[in-house]
Amino acid sequence: MRRVNKDERARISFTLNGRAVAGDAESRMLLTDFLRYVVGATGTHVGCEHGVCGCCTVLIDGAAVRGCLTLAVQAEGRAVTTVEALASPDGSLSALQQAFQQHHALQCGFCTPGILMSFTDYLARNPHPTEDEIRKVLSGHLCRCTGYAGIVAAVLAVSSNLP
Amino acid sequence: MKPRRFDYVRPDSADEAVAVLAEYGEDASVLAGGQSLMAMLNLRLAEPAVLIDIASLKELDYIRVGDGKVEVGAAVTQNRLKDWPELAGKLPLLAAALPFVGHFQTRNKGTVCGSIAHADPSSEIPLVLATLGGEVVLRSHRDARVLAAADFQRGTLTTAREPDELIMAVRFPLQPTGRVAFREVARRHGDFAIIAVAACVDDGDTVRIGIGGVADRPAARRASAAAAKDIFESLAFELKGYDDLHASARLRRDLLRRIGPVVVEEALRCAA
Repeated sequence: MRRVNKDERARISFTLNGRAVAGDAESRMLLTDFLRYVVGATGTHVGCEHGVCGCCTVLIDGAAVRGCLTLAVQAEGRAVTTVEALASPDGSLSALQQAFQQHHALQCGFCTPGILMSFTDYLARNPHPTEDEIRKVLSGHLCRCTGYAGIVAAVLAVSSNLP
Repeated sequence: MKPRRFDYVRPDSADEAVAVLAEYGEDASVLAGGQSLMAMLNLRLAEPAVLIDIASLKELDYIRVGDGKVEVGAAVTQNRLKDWPELAGKLPLLAAALPFVGHFQTRNKGTVCGSIAHADPSSEIPLVLATLGGEVVLRSHRDARVLAAADFQRGTLTTAREPDELIMAVRFPLQPTGRVAFREVARRHGDFAIIAVAACVDDGDTVRIGIGGVADRPAARRASAAAAKDIFESLAFELKGYDDLHASARLRRDLLRRIGPVVVEEALRCAA
């Protein structure tokens, strides 16, 4: 049985974007804060912090979930993937990121990391979604700049190039 | 915001979880998918002293068919059940309702039993459980018991679960026909339902009707196929409705009177 008492800081380790990471955290620390403040991976953004806006969406064992509704201690031993993993080490963008750029799917970019992670998971399960299906996945995110049209266009474009 | 401090416990078995729950009772909260509880912790609407995390208990991560029922363990996520290949054949009403539960991203973590435990009056899974006449399987260090859905959900966010009881599973009775319909009205797909209406046709001439989001818990009724479309006038007033940020009680009643008959008609029109 794993136990972390409230006055304790526990050593937490998991795989982040293929690399082992570790750090100390209280039991109440959210995964988002662990990523940003302990590991220094600031690609994951924090918006509402109660699961509504979708900015903090990351993949845990490949599934898109809310980072702010996950405790850091719950990520122990898991594989966490964040937006930092999408581009190649040389900086070239993934197909999804390129499509976002081409279709003006972002303006301020605050919501973008979460949306990219959601569709990274979703397109792996359903490579050729309809516009309606894309909009339903997008309903789990808030974007105050784009009006969503560019995001839908970007996902449709990238899916048309998937096998 | 950030949660208040709590002791975090991740048991290795359901037995251990029940033992820890026996020790802390009311001071403990059970964490499964956390899609409601974690938000409440972050907002400090919930301040348990101990958090018991059952999300990774493999023994509770099962979907089992037997005895005329589908039993879903407490660690099964909503998306896992939604993607279960046998769902549409065995529980077509649940298959119709699950896409409305939260969003793709929250269903990846949110559990079926967690939604039952949370008992939000507008939730789809409790509505389907009530409509089909399902059961909730509870265990404590004292005993085990099975409650009918109608006896389990007592009101808004209120259930018959004792503080030392763990929800082990829920059971949905197999549906005799595929003649079902489900609709809900929400501000945005995946948001809390302002109202939700479910209908399914039993063998013979009976229609089961379920209504969520109007009263403080799901309402389940049965009517003959001939009369089913006409029950909504009186039902709307019987259920009263409530005012909140999203809709007035009057709008809820009005939506029910308009959408109820449409959903019944859709279920009756489905090929047998």
